[in-house]
Amino acid sequence: MIELRGLGRDFLVGDQLVHALRDIDLSIRQGEYISIMGPSGSGKSTLLNVLGLLDRPDKGQYLLEGEDVTSLDDDEAARIRREKVGFVFQFFHLVPRLSAADNIALPMMLAGIDPVERRERVQRVLNSLALSDRGHHRPDQLSGGQRQRVAIARAVIMNPAVILADEPTGNLDTQSGQDVLRLLEQFNAEGKTLLVVTHDPDIGGRSRRHIRIVDGAIQSDRLQ
Amino acid sequence: MRASDLLAFALSALRGFRMRTLLMLLAMAIAVAAVVVLTALGEGARRYVIDQFSSLGTNLLIVLPGRSETTGGPPPLLGTTPRDLTLADALALNREPAVRRVAPVSLGNVEVSVGARSREATIIGTTTEFQQVRQIEMARGRFIQTPEPTRASAECVIGRKIYREMFGNRPGLGEWLRLADRRCRLVGVLASEAHSLGMAMDEIVVVPVAFALTLFDSESLFRVLVEVRSREQIAAAREAVIHMIRVRHDGEDDVTVIAQDSVLSTFDRILRTLTYAVAGIAAISLVVAGVLVMNVMLIAVTQRTAEVGLLKALGSSPTLITRLFVTEAILLAGLGATIGLAAGYLAVAVLRGLYPQIPFAVPLWAALASVMVALATGVFFGLLPARRAARLDPVVALARR
Repeated sequence: MIELRGLGRDFLVGDQLVHALRDIDLSIRQGEYISIMGPSGSGKSTLLNVLGLLDRPDKGQYLLEGEDVTSLDDDEAARIRREKVGFVFQFFHLVPRLSAADNIALPMMLAGIDPVERRERVQRVLNSLALSDRGHHRPDQLSGGQRQRVAIARAVIMNPAVILADEPTGNLDTQSGQDVLRLLEQFNAEGKTLLVVTHDPDIGGRSRRHIRIVDGAIQSDRLQ
Repeated sequence: MRASDLLAFALSALRGFRMRTLLMLLAMAIAVAAVVVLTALGEGARRYVIDQFSSLGTNLLIVLPGRSETTGGPPPLLGTTPRDLTLADALALNREPAVRRVAPVSLGNVEVSVGARSREATIIGTTTEFQQVRQIEMARGRFIQTPEPTRASAECVIGRKIYREMFGNRPGLGEWLRLADRRCRLVGVLASEAHSLGMAMDEIVVVPVAFALTLFDSESLFRVLVEVRSREQIAAAREAVIHMIRVRHDGEDDVTVIAQDSVLSTFDRILRTLTYAVAGIAAISLVVAGVLVMNVMLIAVTQRTAEVGLLKALGSSPTLITRLFVTEAILLAGLGATIGLAAGYLAVAVLRGLYPQIPFAVPLWAALASVMVALATGVFFGLLPARRAARLDPVVALARR
């Protein structure tokens, strides 16, 4: 479902050109669970951003579900993100003034989905995450683990094909981290493609496929 | 995104940053209130002056000694005159069929005294007709009677304040007043509401015109008030008056005749222009408020960089981000304008309570224009910060905590 061909992304840092990604060829099938590991600055976050259409490659081609999304305009890219991609961030990125339920409903609101349907879907996902009594709480009234679970609920509420998680446990204690990973894996088991960027080998070890990136290039790509 | 959601989201953002929202509302409200109050002051002044002129009586021509070459300019109140405008001139005007009444007026200051009490007062010398022409009401007694205007009968009517000062609580009707070296019998007291053109009627003394002329030892009238039979005859009567005086003054055009109407419309024009000017000055404060909105929105975009990045990641297009921030700016401007309107109207109501004689009123155009300008500045000055938000790189925006 994801095809990257000769993908490259360069940044200008000062007057020096840095190759954040160089010549990446990658093929990902629907429903795969992949961990992306590598030292910091190796380009793993850049890869995730390019996959999520937040960033554009300078070279190469990107096919998502058979569609060439390499050079879409901003509005089209926004539509693909809305419909096909769910993001989970290290720092949760919940809107502090909105309740948990409203944060989860945010993508549906941006997509213009009917408020009645929004409420139903939010309630369903809150129930399935055992957060039904937390719907009205604001983010600062939730624990870290709860916040990340709300963020995951927001990522899957539009029923995307891919979940992209960038260090999803980086800001959590071990127990909450385990809960969050189990939740992500549960959505993977339901058929969603899951990519987790991490530098924690314990977390990386849980996936079936491991990709290791060093200096912007894929160093190893193996199944376990 | 639905319009209702857009609105709700913008509102939640405004509620989320209470301090900045309140400050911006305050700026907008003050600007709109300034427009409302200042134009109400201008409009009040205009109506006040128009009312004052209207109380002079309708269909009025005013004949002034001296000639003005310009048309429609202010009359030469203190100009030098080649020839006096005399009582005989005034009485001759009665022969003109379009003229209903003629009230000659002479004016001067003399000392008024009763027993040991005395004061300086304005003396108006005129005829019985003055009462109808100026629509004067009496508090007590009657107005002066001048069946023969050229006879200096010694009677007078005084304003309330002078009456109080001269007689205190003692009844004064029928008593004698001393005006300089002459005496006159008090026959009436003016009602104090009679107040026009800034001349306080409760501080004047009215005597027969012939009496006044001998008192001032003068032939010259201050002016002649001519009441025309109907509004349509004003122009014709004006020509007739000028002609008649010219014949009497050996062919010299040495009087100025102004119609009440033209004075009225001149003042109306001047004060309207003033109101517009004041509204323009107040509108500058609206623009200043708009610049403030822009600044605070720019700060808001910086503060909410991460939120903008998130919204982009969740699938907002740049267009939608622009709309979100512009909606916020319009909401601020709209709410601020509403508060400003309410505050402005309240202030005008308070002013009306404090100065009931001046008819303060908010012109509708000013209220509408201030709200429209407030909304327009909201859109205009909201656009730049909104576009900056729309252009934010989501990767950079999300990288910041």
